[in-house]
Amino acid sequence: MPRLTGAEILWDCLVREGVTDVFGYPGGAILPAYDAMLKYPIRHVLVRHEQGATHMADGYARASGKVGVAVATSGPGATNMVTGIATAMLDSSPIVCITGQVGSRLIGSDAFQETDITGVTLPVTKHNYLVTRADEVAHAVREAFLVAKSGRPGPVLIDITKDAQQSSCEYDWDAAAPDPDIVRSPAHPGDAQIQQALELIKSARRPLVLAGHGLMLGGATEEFRAFIDRSGIPAAITLLGIGALPASHPLNLGMMGMHGEAWVNTAIQEADLLIALGMRFDDRVTGNLKTYAQNARKIHVDIDPAEIGKNVPVDIGIVADVRDVLRSWQPSLTRLDLGDWIARIDALKGDSAVRDIQNMPDDGHLYAAHVIHDIWRATHGKAIVVTDVGQHQMWEAQYYHHDEPRTLITSGGLGTMGFALPAAIGAKMACPDAEVWVVVGDGGFQMTMCELATMQQENLKVNVAIINNGYLGMVRQWQEFFYDRRYAATPLSSPDFVTLASAYGIEARAVNTRHAVIPAVEQARAHRGAVVLDFQVEQEDSVYPMVPAGADLHKMIRRPTPLAETGADR
Amino acid sequence: MSITYVVQVADKPGVLNRVVSLVRRRGYNIESLTVGHASTPGMSRITLVVEANPDAAARIEANLYKLVHVRSVQNVTDVPTVFRHLALIKVAATAQSRSQVIQLVDVFRARVVDVASDSLIVEATGADDKIDSLLEALRPFGVLELAKTGCLAMTRGSSAKTGAAAGAADKTVELDAGVSFSV
Ligand SMILES: Cc1ncc(C[n+]2csc(CCOP(=O)(O)OP(=O)(O)O)c2C)c(N)n1
Repeated sequence: MPRLTGAEILWDCLVREGVTDVFGYPGGAILPAYDAMLKYPIRHVLVRHEQGATHMADGYARASGKVGVAVATSGPGATNMVTGIATAMLDSSPIVCITGQVGSRLIGSDAFQETDITGVTLPVTKHNYLVTRADEVAHAVREAFLVAKSGRPGPVLIDITKDAQQSSCEYDWDAAAPDPDIVRSPAHPGDAQIQQALELIKSARRPLVLAGHGLMLGGATEEFRAFIDRSGIPAAITLLGIGALPASHPLNLGMMGMHGEAWVNTAIQEADLLIALGMRFDDRVTGNLKTYAQNARKIHVDIDPAEIGKNVPVDIGIVADVRDVLRSWQPSLTRLDLGDWIARIDALKGDSAVRDIQNMPDDGHLYAAHVIHDIWRATHGKAIVVTDVGQHQMWEAQYYHHDEPRTLITSGGLGTMGFALPAAIGAKMACPDAEVWVVVGDGGFQMTMCELATMQQENLKVNVAIINNGYLGMVRQWQEFFYDRRYAATPLSSPDFVTLASAYGIEARAVNTRHAVIPAVEQARAHRGAVVLDFQVEQEDSVYPMVPAGADLHKMIRRPTPLAETGADR
Repeated sequence: MSITYVVQVADKPGVLNRVVSLVRRRGYNIESLTVGHASTPGMSRITLVVEANPDAAARIEANLYKLVHVRSVQNVTDVPTVFRHLALIKVAATAQSRSQVIQLVDVFRARVVDVASDSLIVEATGADDKIDSLLEALRPFGVLELAKTGCLAMTRGSSAKTGAAAGAADKTVELDAGVSFSV
């Protein structure tokens, strides 16, 4: 049996877990690990801030379905990771974060760069480890990967003391197998429940599927499409569920919720059966729970039992792998006769098209919707688009029509500004052949724009579309709607992004007219290196429609039509 | 209402913190918590009493199962169960009052475990309300100090564990039929 140091064991285990890329930032407490890393076939991406490392690992995981890995030193390195870990936690993204810790004899002494990072991250990790001996490393790493990807995936942190990295021990990978008790594999869906659910589905007249992120996480998008094709039931999609069914599929109604399509939300309110798959009835999709889908029976399939009945009482709650459930349903499904229901949903669309900014007469201004629509057209709906958080995120979800799973990467649960650029770097590392676009606000971009340097250092071809409206747009919108247009602390000045990008050696240009969008996008696509496009858009545009937080789902604020500019029909 | 869980956990550093943190961060108030070794080596047994409605109780149970070190969760609230608290009560006792105190202690089937010239220590076990009544009875003499454990719970009978699990499952039926929490 070989004798290896804890640091060597760490990398050996990572390599055996299939890890090829890690994102990190060194420091004293993790230095032994960095030193040992040079002996292993690992590509290390040096980030500019540890938050970036966690978002990169997260973007890597979301784009590929593999576990993403981030590395940092103790103390400030570790605490910088917290936002990225929380982001991964709320979106069930499997990442493993490795942090150095001060020597085990110094723990608890307020030593230089000591923080109790396992304590700090307790509520935002699926599980975490403090490893104080070399002979504990292998077990912790193997278990961490299992925990991160099993069941409902999530982030796991391994904090390894410096002496555990330095000292050596006999290394027996096999003997370090994870304790089987730590993973509770989901029960196979009970036959009775599967049957009951089928009965409900067959007898429904106005059924609707609510499709969530779980379909992607469970690798069930093919089965999902088969379910929709076979049954003929229309589907509404959550923000993170986008891509679970091609946007071009005739039964894909589009996004539900706060900034979902008005007809989708109304259809949910009028449905007699909701089949919720891998989604969790988050408050952004339900609006007021008291008036939510009152006439609908509800079937909820989720791998996490704590989600069943958490927000919305359900008639049938199935705790299982969504793919297993869809497979069990498949043989008995027949196409439902839903002509009237589909016609009703079509009717609900009403004047929505008229209200769409895309269809409004050209007023000489550049709108974010135009930009995103043109990026979509140029990339044929096939690019991986990584968004930040704010108005542009919602416009992306509305106007980029994703036809492939795992092509919209966005922070849904935590809504983390600063996510986009680093997550896109991770996505590009995971999928080097994919066309990757960042869609980011001028606010969020400035939170992590230092990662432009990382992108450049790694020679990654990522295109960045800054939707620059001179405001913290989404907050400004809330101020406009709910705070009497008192724009406290939302006007935002920015550096000249073109000059900034050039300082990093990145191609850049500003775009401020509608006809210049397509050429700029095409040039960016054609350019070999990364490109930053500064789209200077209409400053005070708002995302429509909108369900005000906590309001009834069908009572949406609509974009005023050109004939009713007064806003009286809000 | 008060919901009582018996939680079996792997005896790993920080496991109690994880359990407590989980309940706390989801906003439930812990009424009582007792921890000690379980009969199986390497396992600890937690008796956790939380103020929650039945829906929330089902949720707490499911959330506890998310913790990697939690092996089983029994909601014993509505299952035939022995609940016990332990209290040590130091009560003032002069030469005159001493025999009265001892009589009271006998009535409550408690016992005197230490005698000093001016006080006694009384050890009492039982359900919480029994201990409270004893305390009330002793108060006029002067309770100098009180130390109380949280609740300990054990279901009755040999098939207790399955019985409790079945009981817990029953309670969730109207909420989400057939949901298995052990995922
Ligand atoms: C880290 C963080 N801080 C604050 C917020 C609150 N917030 C949500 S959207 C938003 C404005 C975003 O502005 P910008 O990045 O310019 O994008 P826009 O909405 O204009 O498209 C803010 C401040 C957040 N989501 N994340």
